[in-house]
Amino acid sequence: MNELLAKYPTEIKAILAKYPPEFKRSAVMPLLHLAQGDPGYITPQAMQDIAEICGISITEVGSIVGFYTLYYDKPLGRYHIQVCTDMPCALRGADKFLKELCERLGVKVGEPTADGLFVIEEVMCLAACHRAPMFQVHGDGDLVYHEHQTVDTALAVLDALRQKAAVAEEGKE
Amino acid sequence: MSEYILLRHRDIPDLDRLKVYLKNGGFEAWKKVVTSMEPAELIQLAKDSGLRGRGGAGFPTGMKWSFVPNNLWPHYVVANADESEPGTFKDREIMESNPFQFLEGLMIASYAVQAQNSYAYLRGEFWQIGLKLNQKIAELEKAGFLGDNLFDTKYSLRLHVHMGAGAYICGEETALLESIEGKLGQPRLRPPFPAVAGLYASPTVINNVETLTNLPPIVQNGATWFREHGTEKSPGVKVFSLSGCVNKPGNYELPLGTPFRKLIYELGGGIPEGRAIKAIMAAGASSALISATEAALDTPMDYESVANLGASLGSASVIVLDESVSMSWLAQKTTHFFKHESCGKCTPCREGTYWMAHILDRIEDGGASAKDVDLLFTVARQMQNKCLCALGEFSTQPVVSSLEKFRSDFLARVDGQTR
Repeated sequence: MNELLAKYPTEIKAILAKYPPEFKRSAVMPLLHLAQGDPGYITPQAMQDIAEICGISITEVGSIVGFYTLYYDKPLGRYHIQVCTDMPCALRGADKFLKELCERLGVKVGEPTADGLFVIEEVMCLAACHRAPMFQVHGDGDLVYHEHQTVDTALAVLDALRQKAAVAEEGKE
Repeated sequence: MSEYILLRHRDIPDLDRLKVYLKNGGFEAWKKVVTSMEPAELIQLAKDSGLRGRGGAGFPTGMKWSFVPNNLWPHYVVANADESEPGTFKDREIMESNPFQFLEGLMIASYAVQAQNSYAYLRGEFWQIGLKLNQKIAELEKAGFLGDNLFDTKYSLRLHVHMGAGAYICGEETALLESIEGKLGQPRLRPPFPAVAGLYASPTVINNVETLTNLPPIVQNGATWFREHGTEKSPGVKVFSLSGCVNKPGNYELPLGTPFRKLIYELGGGIPEGRAIKAIMAAGASSALISATEAALDTPMDYESVANLGASLGSASVIVLDESVSMSWLAQKTTHFFKHESCGKCTPCREGTYWMAHILDRIEDGGASAKDVDLLFTVARQMQNKCLCALGEFSTQPVVSSLEKFRSDFLARVDGQTR
């Protein structure tokens, strides 16, 4: 039983339709994006399911997960707070922004917050050099930019996410 | 009406809505090519306009299209929307705010080589833009601008968005093709070139977003009109992404050949706190540094003139560096970027970026000697002309040029000297 196919039959059909039928392997990246959306990372089962759909080995799927930075093979924070500290952003104070953000949250880069909701990460250029400091939030199957940030506005963004997660939790109960 | 050719949304509100785009001449060029032009005519028009690729290499677009053989089918067109060069953020603005002009350009390029399925490859971080483009494509299918037998002709076209997932190397065109094929984004050996054996081993044209966005106005207004802008060898306008030590960073659409001084001082508002300018990177993090002399500031920003300064215009991502910036720090930053983004396929790049980063860390930490500065230069020079794709070469540009032009910045850090 292919769990992914059972969960997202329409989405997977639409993804496969974008590529020639003899090149199903092309669907591997969109399928990984799809599979990652809900648990927030790629589970071993999802890798197996995707390998089956694309007609490739699970090792090949795993190598794609390892190569591209936006795929995660471990649950590590529901929201990845990804701060760009590349040179143009750094010239606008991104390094200092990252350091202070971590201090205020009491975490190190790459280390999840105590509630497991956030992990702060340092990433490469996000094409927002003119609006630094900036970060993107990757989680819940979405990816959103936050530009022209200060540590205070960033913490407000995190608070809003915390509330969103709490509301979603209540909804489940 | 708009004074802009590419960033027309700045004058026309809601240009990202189909109704508004149509009211402003949208898809007239598309209808014109499909109903009244032969593909060869369109290729000739692109050649006559002198349009050159805006992704960095500046290769003539019409010539690129003409390399596609007519005895091998199907053909594909791929829009390179993987914009990832530090300092570059122009394609993002075009796709966010003027998406239909970009899509119309992609459609025109597809018609030129008679591709029936074309792809837009977006970096994964452009997730929101990807969602938006998918909506726009659905609207175009509904409106009859995409689909089968367009305008009752035999021509059919479908567009698809393919999202990357965080890898600078996928902006390299053959790595991009590998990525669409569901493989690691690693460059291919050439030849064969993509024009002959590209996506799914079929003839493929890969054009940058900004290049494509130029096509609708060229079709509507003609090659002569296009050549009224820019210089003889670099015609047209260009979106310059201005960042770094400057008061008003942002995108500026200007004719090619506009001097650096106008962009940095007039439009960009000059250097913060009145500091002195030190250097310019014209092509993002992969640039050779240009010493900001008076002569350099008066240099026209076109492909030939910037090359004469020993640098490259690339994608016109102008990063301004003032006197407060240490070039040793700068080289450390750019090198860490390329080390992180090296795909690992070829040894000179994989090992070279690692060792350059290692030495630069030692220099910046104050634990290096003058010999390490020489060693850094040797490693960078050894990498040059030996890498499989441009990434490795790019990584050496800021290192070698900063060592040649600002060596004292490095020497100021050695033998235990700290900032």
